[in-house]
Amino acid sequence: MIRILLKYALMFVSLVLVQVLIFNQVQFGGFFNPYVYILFVILLPLSTPRYLVLVLAFVLGFIIDIFSNSLGVHSAATVFIAYMRPLVIRIISNREDDKSDYPGLHQNKLIWFVSYVAFMVLLHHLLLFYLEVYTFANFLTTLFRVILSSLFSIIVIVLSQFLVFRD
Amino acid sequence: MRGLFRFLLKNYAFLLFLLLEVLSFTLIYNFNSYQRSKYLNSSNKVTATIYNSFSAVGNYFSLASVNRKLARENAQLKSLIADLPYIRITPYSIVSKAEITDSLYRFISAKVINNSVDKQDNYITLNKGSKHGVKPDQGIINSDGVVGVVIHVSESFSLGFSVLNKRWGASAKLKKSGTFGPLAWDGSDSRYANLTGIPFHVELAVGDTVVTSSYSSVFPEGVMIGTVHSIEMPPGDNYYKIQVELAVNFRALSYVDIVENLKKNELKALENRIVK
Repeated sequence: MIRILLKYALMFVSLVLVQVLIFNQVQFGGFFNPYVYILFVILLPLSTPRYLVLVLAFVLGFIIDIFSNSLGVHSAATVFIAYMRPLVIRIISNREDDKSDYPGLHQNKLIWFVSYVAFMVLLHHLLLFYLEVYTFANFLTTLFRVILSSLFSIIVIVLSQFLVFRD
Repeated sequence: MRGLFRFLLKNYAFLLFLLLEVLSFTLIYNFNSYQRSKYLNSSNKVTATIYNSFSAVGNYFSLASVNRKLARENAQLKSLIADLPYIRITPYSIVSKAEITDSLYRFISAKVINNSVDKQDNYITLNKGSKHGVKPDQGIINSDGVVGVVIHVSESFSLGFSVLNKRWGASAKLKKSGTFGPLAWDGSDSRYANLTGIPFHVELAVGDTVVTSSYSSVFPEGVMIGTVHSIEMPPGDNYYKIQVELAVNFRALSYVDIVENLKKNELKALENRIVK
């Protein structure tokens, strides 16, 4: 139990640092803004109580907000995917498969993990980018940013599973 | 009553979700009135210290270009001193050319420890704060031109709007004709901003210089902003739509100067008297 708590605490801190110090500094013409910190919400054990997932997601988003001077935007998007997580998992899982409690790449099929990550990242980025712009003017430009950034985030998150937080 | 409790218990996740979302949206709305979020920005002690120690690493990579820039700026300043032999320069205060127009500025050099260009509202975090004399509403410039304005100050760090922020616009004018108008960023490209409020009868051409106007106490008059990149005349309108190519490269900011207008209080007091 202590080991799991320590592991998630470490994951939380390192993801926040990696996000604000590295990925927030990635600047390619305003179209690539990868947000990989949501890997924390993605990798929480499936048996985590729902209130805990929601509260942790809020705290995570709030801290990212303070670093990026965008109070409320990341919190709203992260709480949203934390709430949608059980639904996403239900949609992409077959009833026959017995799933591991840890939703990592090595505990599940590659295709399952990729679609899980893709759903979560897309939902998160959609809400995040439109909240950030706060208008539906330039709808397509923002959508383009969402899609490019999501692709980037998904690739980084899936690749990261070969290096860290494997189990 | 029991039914209500059962309903609440069954749907607690949804209710908690609603509560947290309402909280987030309240934060989004309240961030506009930025007095309230005094500690919830990147100039607070913890976040700024993290940014500061990390930027110390990245700084080594930009040393060469910073050196070149400083050398160039030095040369410019030396020629400026040659023009103004009658002004005494002390180590801590450089009296700008604006002295001639009877206003006095002091410059505080600061390092940019965090900066973004691709968000809709971009901010700059600097490593100088209230103990170095930085106050809100002081301008931020570098040797290329206008960078932004300070909005928050903690003891040893400060946070500013960059020009690339939709919540703030500098007061600009065309150097050639002296016509002034507000400069605003539209949130798309970090190289360009828009100048509005210039009526059709003003003559202008692509390449004209845009500088700060004298109508704001934030910047000295005549600090470079950029050059006119494209001009449009929207039908049914009385004002040009001018795209200005910004002189400052926001992707490569390292050192900046914070501008303090030493006569700002006097100016404010005078203006307030007229209003009352």
